[in-house]
Amino acid sequence: MSRRVLVFGIGNPGRRDDGLGPALAEALEARQLAGVTIDADYQLTIEDSVSVAEHDLVVFADADAVGPEPYSLKPIGPAAGGVGFSTHGAEPGGVIALAQQVFDKKTEAYLFGIRGYEFELSVEMTEKAKANLEKALAFLEPLLRGEGSFAEAAASFCA
Amino acid sequence: METTGSKLKRVVIEPVTRVEGHGKVTLHLDEEGKLHDARLHIVEFRGFERFIQGRPYWEVPVLVQRLCGICPVSHHLAAAKAMDMIVGAEKLTPTGEKMRRLMHYGQTLQSHALHFFHLVSPDLLFGFDADPAVRNVIGVAMKHKDLAVQGVMMRKYGQEIIKATAGKKIHGTGAIPGGINKSLSLEERDGFLKGLGQIKEWAEGALALARKYTEDHLKELAGFGSFDSNHLSIVREDGAMDLYDGNLRAIDSEGKKIFDQVAPVDYLKHIKEEVRSWSYMKFPFIESLGTEKGWYRVGPLARVNTCDFIDTPVAEKERKELLQLTNGKPNNITMAYHWARMIELVHSLEKIAELLNDKDLQGSDLVVQGERRHEGVGILEAPRGTLFHHYRVNDDDQIEMANLIVSTTSNNEPMNRAVTSVAKQYFDGRAVTEGMLNRIEVAIRAYDPCLSCATHALGRMPLTVAVYDHQGKLLDRVVREGE
Repeated sequence: MSRRVLVFGIGNPGRRDDGLGPALAEALEARQLAGVTIDADYQLTIEDSVSVAEHDLVVFADADAVGPEPYSLKPIGPAAGGVGFSTHGAEPGGVIALAQQVFDKKTEAYLFGIRGYEFELSVEMTEKAKANLEKALAFLEPLLRGEGSFAEAAASFCA
Repeated sequence: METTGSKLKRVVIEPVTRVEGHGKVTLHLDEEGKLHDARLHIVEFRGFERFIQGRPYWEVPVLVQRLCGICPVSHHLAAAKAMDMIVGAEKLTPTGEKMRRLMHYGQTLQSHALHFFHLVSPDLLFGFDADPAVRNVIGVAMKHKDLAVQGVMMRKYGQEIIKATAGKKIHGTGAIPGGINKSLSLEERDGFLKGLGQIKEWAEGALALARKYTEDHLKELAGFGSFDSNHLSIVREDGAMDLYDGNLRAIDSEGKKIFDQVAPVDYLKHIKEEVRSWSYMKFPFIESLGTEKGWYRVGPLARVNTCDFIDTPVAEKERKELLQLTNGKPNNITMAYHWARMIELVHSLEKIAELLNDKDLQGSDLVVQGERRHEGVGILEAPRGTLFHHYRVNDDDQIEMANLIVSTTSNNEPMNRAVTSVAKQYFDGRAVTEGMLNRIEVAIRAYDPCLSCATHALGRMPLTVAVYDHQGKLLDRVVREGE
């Protein structure tokens, strides 16, 4: 059985560069890559652990407010995280942990951060973010097509 | 350091969970280190009204979903209700109204389930003083796997109802001015009916857990962040709880009606908003009572208090039992919000069952229109409380004015009072302890505030707690890192 991959874009398209994750997901969906499921939402929530558990490898794509330009990729594992005042969103590590605890599924997972700059209420991404998105797509698409290893690609960002 | 007066010092508790939508708590101490005042600061985004000015009115039900990633369906439906008035739709078709109701109950179900299982159950199961490394949904999954499964699957069920009625998971388009743009297929209906029995059983289990916790800890909870207050919600014409439509009713802490059956279009005759210098968020109040006495609570507890009855059997039985705690008078125990929320969880499922068995959901008459108007008000009961959407539209179909009162704004004063009450009880005047911090969070969480009308970006997630003396010297600082 071939590897099942999920790309999950996180962010609010109505908040300028916060829409980088969903924009990446939308662009990849148009490419109809074999064996790759695409999803997106404002934030992760606990039920996303169901779809995480149904896949062998998950890439969480999110706008990164402080990370390196134009993007970064790092492996992530299960993490308990905390409980805040109110947020209903879950973190990638929390969703992975839930998939593991609730559905007994260890999913290989990566956090793909695309550098964003402006996050106020507007639908238009900044030009710099758009440029980063194009570079991010060019980097990620070959990996999703099976050309190269995610683990090795992520390792190159740790240097 | 900020100061409220030359002899006061301030303690800051600041969870930065979103770029814009975060809250922080400041504790204001006097020279002796005793608590003088506590304030919850919520950075509410107020630019949305300006954002949609000039946009065509029919876009608004979709655009408003950009406001909030937590309750987009509530904004979608409240805006659509306001736009019904703009297009002169006095009464929707049965299919239009029932599809919207199904969407709304699906939203309430998933929101209440997420809040209870994700945010609240760790506190109830492990206690307020449990290690934060355990006191979270992963800890619940490890110790009570069945509960975690139930929470995940109930949430998923509600999300699937939203997808089926709104068209898609985010930025749904289901509700349009004057009605709805799709009905429910028989295949979709049968899928939901198949899973309904199990979801309802789990919901009733959660209700039993919330009730037992409240009853077992009643003495402690009665003194925990609790206070007398007014309560506000919409109710049906016969006084029944109705989360989707109705007229405004406000009662005082004894249950006496302050006003009743006020039509949504007349809300400004009774509700005003006060601005305070230290907060971006306004403080709504009932005008006839003034700012000091006119503040009120909204949300599940307020709704259970204001309605005369609930028109579904299991929820009604529980409503009566909850009110028995206070001899039939309004329940003002803040932590009783959780029990009330689970009553609404079950009520939503009872209503979903009614709707799924109604053939009107497969109807084809979806939209009505009438005489074009220039002003519309849509009010509904969002999971967190009463949500007001008010718009004026010009002759060119463009939005000229928008005014929104979200439920967290209405609960602003009650949350401040809850924080003050808890801080007075647990702050020793020196350091913010883990136990005290969590108790403040527990009190705020009871209201299920939505602080996240904003973004989610990596790198902005720490929780910072800082203590300063009256001269601005940092005495203590705790950072609870996000992931």
